[in-house]
Amino acid sequence: MKPDVQTVWGWLDKVPDPEIPVISVVDLGIIRDVIWDGDTLEVAITPTYSGCPATSIINLDVETALRDHGVDKIRLKMQLSPPWTTDWLSAKGAAKLESYGIAPPSPAGGPSHCPRCRSSDLQKVSQFGSTPCKAHWRCLSCLEPFDYFKCI
Amino acid sequence: MPQDALFQTLLRLGDNTLVLGHRVSEWCGKAPVLEEDIALANTALDLIGQTQMWLGYAAEVESAGRSADDLAMLRDVWDFRNILMVERPNGDFGHTIMRQFLFDAWHRPLLAALAQSNDHRIAEIAAKAVKEATYHLERSAETVIALGDGTEQSHARMQDALTLLWPYVGEMFESDEVDAQMAATGVVPAPETLKDSWMQTVRATLIEATLAIPEDEFAHKGGRTGVRHTEHLGHMLTQMQWLQRAYPGANW
Repeated sequence: MKPDVQTVWGWLDKVPDPEIPVISVVDLGIIRDVIWDGDTLEVAITPTYSGCPATSIINLDVETALRDHGVDKIRLKMQLSPPWTTDWLSAKGAAKLESYGIAPPSPAGGPSHCPRCRSSDLQKVSQFGSTPCKAHWRCLSCLEPFDYFKCI
Repeated sequence: MPQDALFQTLLRLGDNTLVLGHRVSEWCGKAPVLEEDIALANTALDLIGQTQMWLGYAAEVESAGRSADDLAMLRDVWDFRNILMVERPNGDFGHTIMRQFLFDAWHRPLLAALAQSNDHRIAEIAAKAVKEATYHLERSAETVIALGDGTEQSHARMQDALTLLWPYVGEMFESDEVDAQMAATGVVPAPETLKDSWMQTVRATLIEATLAIPEDEFAHKGGRTGVRHTEHLGHMLTQMQWLQRAYPGANW
């Protein structure tokens, strides 16, 4: 029995991103397509950053989740184009990031406010952070450092 | 022959990012401050990621049963096609950042042009990589300005780095029959067409950094053709390829 693709999307929305487990791989916008090719389930995944070390773990986690739901024939396709953009981060994902303490991407090129105290008195510490997708900022009101999800 | 020219072109792209990525990764754990350590490691990671895509495609084009890993870890100096500038030892932090800036200012317009390539795969990889290169350029240009227009000591070191690196920039705009062939079919831009955009970025940044642009046009070359690498690449490979050299075929 083949589950419909909407059901599969629902399963994948329960697969956490390995580095930011508060959001799912669907929230992150890296699952680009789910289709049935005959009796094989094909999932197209796009990397966030070229060298993101989480990519292979994500593939493994997606495959494991699908197998746990009884899908045996799985094909994971790496899809480069169009390249991933933070515009694909879901609204649900952005809200979860913020409550987790990571400022969500903002087109202004920096966080709009501190995810803890909501102050807008902020300072960039470094353009890079603990993962390729984040930068390091500091709030000058509550003095807490925080991660900002870079906008690309 | 067209396939061989495409293979050479992909090696040039992939070897630049591989060798520079490895050099930059050498800072991991010993950069002057933690934030810079993280930034350098992230930059290296992006470059190595791009390498996987370029050399992965190169291996497919070659169709000799080699993988991206084989190309990276099992070739010796004379088979590398990177420009000489990226194989230079890191020197001090200022030298590393200046080299990164001179490279990024070229890499970004190169990738932007490659994103329009007639070769679909090249266009896809470049469209992905150009986002990362844009970010790298933003940071390296800012840091060059901060250090150049910084203290007497940081200014002097940046000027020294620029003087030392300047004879290596010309190779980015060199071309040979491989480039001519690939440019004629719209696969890559002719190298010299990138010079104006590069010079504009470099001039604007270096002026703001209060650094003097050297006037000498002499250019070391031989890296991208593989004719003559510097002695440094071989030393670097003994580190980068150590595992495969000590334990051939090791896998995990």
